[in-house]
Amino acid sequence: MSKILIIAEHDGKKLSPASARCVTCAAQIAGGEITLAVFAADPGPIAQQAARLTGVAQVITITDARHAQSLAAVLAPQVVQLAASYTHIFGASTTFGKDLMPRVAALLGVPQISDAMSVESPTRFKRPIYAGNAIITVEVAANRKVVATVRTASFEAALDGGAATISAVSADAPAPTHTRYVSLSAAASDRPDLQSAPRVVSGGRALASKENFQLIYSLADKLNAAVGASRAAVDAGYASNELQVGQTGKIIAPELYVAVGISGAIQHLTGIKDARTIVAINKDAEAPIFEVADFGLVGDLFQILPALEAALG
Amino acid sequence: MQKIIVGIKRVVDYNVRVRVKPDGSGVALDGVKMSVNPFDEIALEEALRIKERGEATEIIAVSIGPDDAQQQLRTALAMGADRAILVKTDQAIEPLTAAHALLAIIKTEQPDLVIVGKQAIDDDAAQTGPMLAALWGRPQATFCSKLTINGTVATIVREVDAGLETIEVDLPAVISADLRLNEPRYVKLPDIMKAKKKQLDVTDLATLGVSIDDGLKTVHTEAPKARAKGILVKDVAELVDALKKKGLVS
Repeated sequence: MSKILIIAEHDGKKLSPASARCVTCAAQIAGGEITLAVFAADPGPIAQQAARLTGVAQVITITDARHAQSLAAVLAPQVVQLAASYTHIFGASTTFGKDLMPRVAALLGVPQISDAMSVESPTRFKRPIYAGNAIITVEVAANRKVVATVRTASFEAALDGGAATISAVSADAPAPTHTRYVSLSAAASDRPDLQSAPRVVSGGRALASKENFQLIYSLADKLNAAVGASRAAVDAGYASNELQVGQTGKIIAPELYVAVGISGAIQHLTGIKDARTIVAINKDAEAPIFEVADFGLVGDLFQILPALEAALG
Repeated sequence: MQKIIVGIKRVVDYNVRVRVKPDGSGVALDGVKMSVNPFDEIALEEALRIKERGEATEIIAVSIGPDDAQQQLRTALAMGADRAILVKTDQAIEPLTAAHALLAIIKTEQPDLVIVGKQAIDDDAAQTGPMLAALWGRPQATFCSKLTINGTVATIVREVDAGLETIEVDLPAVISADLRLNEPRYVKLPDIMKAKKKQLDVTDLATLGVSIDDGLKTVHTEAPKARAKGILVKDVAELVDALKKKGLVS
């Protein structure tokens, strides 16, 4: 039987929706039993959220002041200490998971699967390569542990409705002191979270300035949407780095994605191809974004955006 | 600080749109333009700037790949690396094996810093940096967008999902370079000529005592499902109508 350990992702208070998507991926492993591990200084509230996710059999908490911040160098030896009784160890393919899971895999001496997008069998998974321009099926050797990051855009979040047991366990592997957390500068925002929002409005280079980028925020407010940006817009300083959507930014799967003034380089498209509906607004009718858009509108965004806002009432 | 090792991977050029072979055995690479992985160029540029500030004395570019990867190492030498090492292998390897090969080089070279790209744009795995740090028992700083070195301590700003995280690590350490760390320089013709005379050593996995880990095998390659082509709407009113019909706006 497969025993799957998912390393919960959180901000110290709340469980990340990315972890709920990992649960859905793990639940597709036939006959698997899912355990969520919450490493935190105060895991209580996070564990309770995790325990409610449908499909989770048990939640284990590891309380340790060292886990107030998530440092891969500190966490990885603890995960390895717990790993012995599991066949699979999953984390979300977020910057947290991509930092931690390869370190875990290397300490366990096993290869890692990045961005698992479908479960073909307990040892066989599909994943994208070349910015999603090819999909490979990979097979883990029978006697090896399966360590993977889960491409969250490929799986819906597990819903509440479960009642998993919560138990405290200890993981006391020596943790190095060679890596130290200093600070996090996060743009305080009460907007929907880009990674999990059902609607996203993104702006590109054509916005032409940070001031003009406010048009994107304004439309997003109207739609109760999260804000995203193309690499070009981030590089030009119109939007901050955590808003970047694409191969090297966030991979998202909203119900509605509105791309404004984004030409649609393949590196951007790979970040949005799982969106349910894509709307593109661009003045260049030949822009590649129109190849993937469900609804395309060719024209000047500076005229279209105010009109669109007005039409949305 | 004395030495910096930079990882250089030979990959299909950024501008090439790869095609999957009809028999599902992989992607078609014959006659395709190959380049240095763009994130590795950023890694090398950062090393060069550290050396130019007088904070390092030697930069060694290391690649693991086929004999042709010497071309990418020559590019690295032209950009300014002092010497290069190719770990030759004709077999595709997973990042775990790459990390073991780099570790073997590290044991000989004893660098103070290793900088790699945060991911290669072919397999998009983003594993080699953190795996190497784990095997080496040293710090990792992934997704680095700013690097400051102060004696034996490095301060790194990391691009994380929540924003920008700052961490501090003791050297030696492994850094993985993100997009906005710097903008790599262009190679000038005289530098290409000079690079031809720089030292490029070729070794292989067996010589380094590294065996290929075959715990993860690619069994099939396919093209992604294409999105159905949509429609062009003529104006805002038509767009709003279409979105209302789908229940996406009220």
